[in-house]
Amino acid sequence: MKLNELTLIESFEGLRDKKFSSFEITKDCFDQIKKFDDKVKAYITLNEDDALARAKEIDQKIKSGESISPLAGIPMIVKDLFCTTGLKTTGASKILENYIPPFDATAVAKLKNEGAIILGKVNCDEFAMGGSTENSGFFPTHNPWDLERVPGGSSGGSAAALSADMGIYALGTDTGGSIREPASFCGISGLKVSYGRVSRYGVLAMTSSLDTIGPFGKTVEDIAVILKYMAGRDEKDSTTPDAPVDNYSEEIKKDIKGLKVGLPKEYFVDGMDESVREVVLGAAKKLEEMGAEVIDINLPHTDLAVAAYYIICPCEVSSNMARFDGIKYGFSQRDKNKDLLDIYLDSRANGFGAEVKRRIMIGTYALSAGYYDAYYKKAMQIRTLVRQDFDEAFKEVDVILTPVAPTPAYKLGEKIGDPLKMYLEDVFTIPASLAGICGLVVPAGFSNDLPVGIQLLGKRFDEKTILRTGHQYQLVTDWHKKKPLIK
Amino acid sequence: MKLSIQEVEHIAELARLRLTEAEKEKYSEQLSNILGYFEKLQSVDTSNVEPTSQVTGLTNIMREDAVIESGISDELVACSPEHSDGYVKIPKIFENK
Repeated sequence: MKLNELTLIESFEGLRDKKFSSFEITKDCFDQIKKFDDKVKAYITLNEDDALARAKEIDQKIKSGESISPLAGIPMIVKDLFCTTGLKTTGASKILENYIPPFDATAVAKLKNEGAIILGKVNCDEFAMGGSTENSGFFPTHNPWDLERVPGGSSGGSAAALSADMGIYALGTDTGGSIREPASFCGISGLKVSYGRVSRYGVLAMTSSLDTIGPFGKTVEDIAVILKYMAGRDEKDSTTPDAPVDNYSEEIKKDIKGLKVGLPKEYFVDGMDESVREVVLGAAKKLEEMGAEVIDINLPHTDLAVAAYYIICPCEVSSNMARFDGIKYGFSQRDKNKDLLDIYLDSRANGFGAEVKRRIMIGTYALSAGYYDAYYKKAMQIRTLVRQDFDEAFKEVDVILTPVAPTPAYKLGEKIGDPLKMYLEDVFTIPASLAGICGLVVPAGFSNDLPVGIQLLGKRFDEKTILRTGHQYQLVTDWHKKKPLIK
Repeated sequence: MKLSIQEVEHIAELARLRLTEAEKEKYSEQLSNILGYFEKLQSVDTSNVEPTSQVTGLTNIMREDAVIESGISDELVACSPEHSDGYVKIPKIFENK
């Protein structure tokens, strides 16, 4: 077995017991990248020299008997949306093609402090706007299970790289499903945390009231370890409450006897893939066998969530993207005769891709004089209704089980020409985003050799219960152990 | 609900985007479709529903109003396309009279 195939916990145990070195794990990851990434196209930037040097440092510490963190010396994959000191951070946008930030995102800094090693920065939809990674300003990423298909998005590079064993775990972001959908499409586990659980500082902002930061893992057990180090209050992000961070790795060991699992009927809609329905219902049956009680519930405003989201998101996008003006950083189109307005117009016209411009346009329209009540205010009111649906449901159940996407991974190019069709792919992930609750995706089956995940939704800041459910499920199933054969 | 080319041009101006003629055509159609989809919200009675702008429940998170050195101000200014002596350079905004 090559070391890049290890889980985080296996890596830690091997390092602790001196069975292999951090340098060897890191080297095996880069070997795998060199072997397969010209097909998968997950990485935008490699951090090889720095990563190997850091690995040697950690090995020295282990050798001298220093106690190490469970993350020390273990290589991670980082979505190119996280600022990393001295390492190019593009947001998969041409407007930041050569941007090298002089600071780390808090999530990255916290993991680096534990000795985590950055392998490189991976592809995503430009500024996380999209669900297939086809909106990258550079190139699309391919699904390791079938190279003609999308890996999902926006964190498609993270999910594809991890499922192809080009790293031990990965970081992504999830605003409307950007961790959960790619986790499902690529057959790995991924966690969208409750809004505010992990600091957003230093992560390129898309929809500030919805953006969340979270890990992908080869197992839920790995995610439990990573989350503990990422979560918590950060003075640099005023939306992180001082809520206690649970000992997730301990919590997940408890069984799920008597756990109440809700199955919302609004998530089983016409037009969804029959195999997806079967996978979710099969998982429900499994959870019952494990001692959980499955209860039918209603989330009546589900159908309105996509429309509300695609108002709120572009409105906040139009505001967040205003910072890219060709003046402070990033791409700037200027020559001596141009005035300031020309720099703005030309830098933005040539720096942004089609989907970013589209969302800026929608948002600018919805926020322009006379339309605020009809669009943004209305969407925020719908958001209240969606949130209340979950509040009501969670009075009855501990966890909600749903599909992740209506279909397994689709073909590259299949939906890219029709933005509305693409938006409707997010129908099962968006409601939880609007409510700010947490969601875990774990692999639960296959449809024509393509992985299909299930989504476990939990109350705000109750990550421990969905992680427990997911981990217990993985103790009695082996879907998460299946690996793609890259052809 | 159909957005005219003139409306698209007006929005693009507000958004500081220079669009090509082809883009104007494309966005006129695509934005019209997307705005059409939003219509489904209008049938929902929300007259007594409070809007949700954020879900943290936190309000007015303040810190002491004190200067904290970032330690990286030179590096941050150096990220700008043109700079000198610690300042970001932009073209002249006011004409000499």
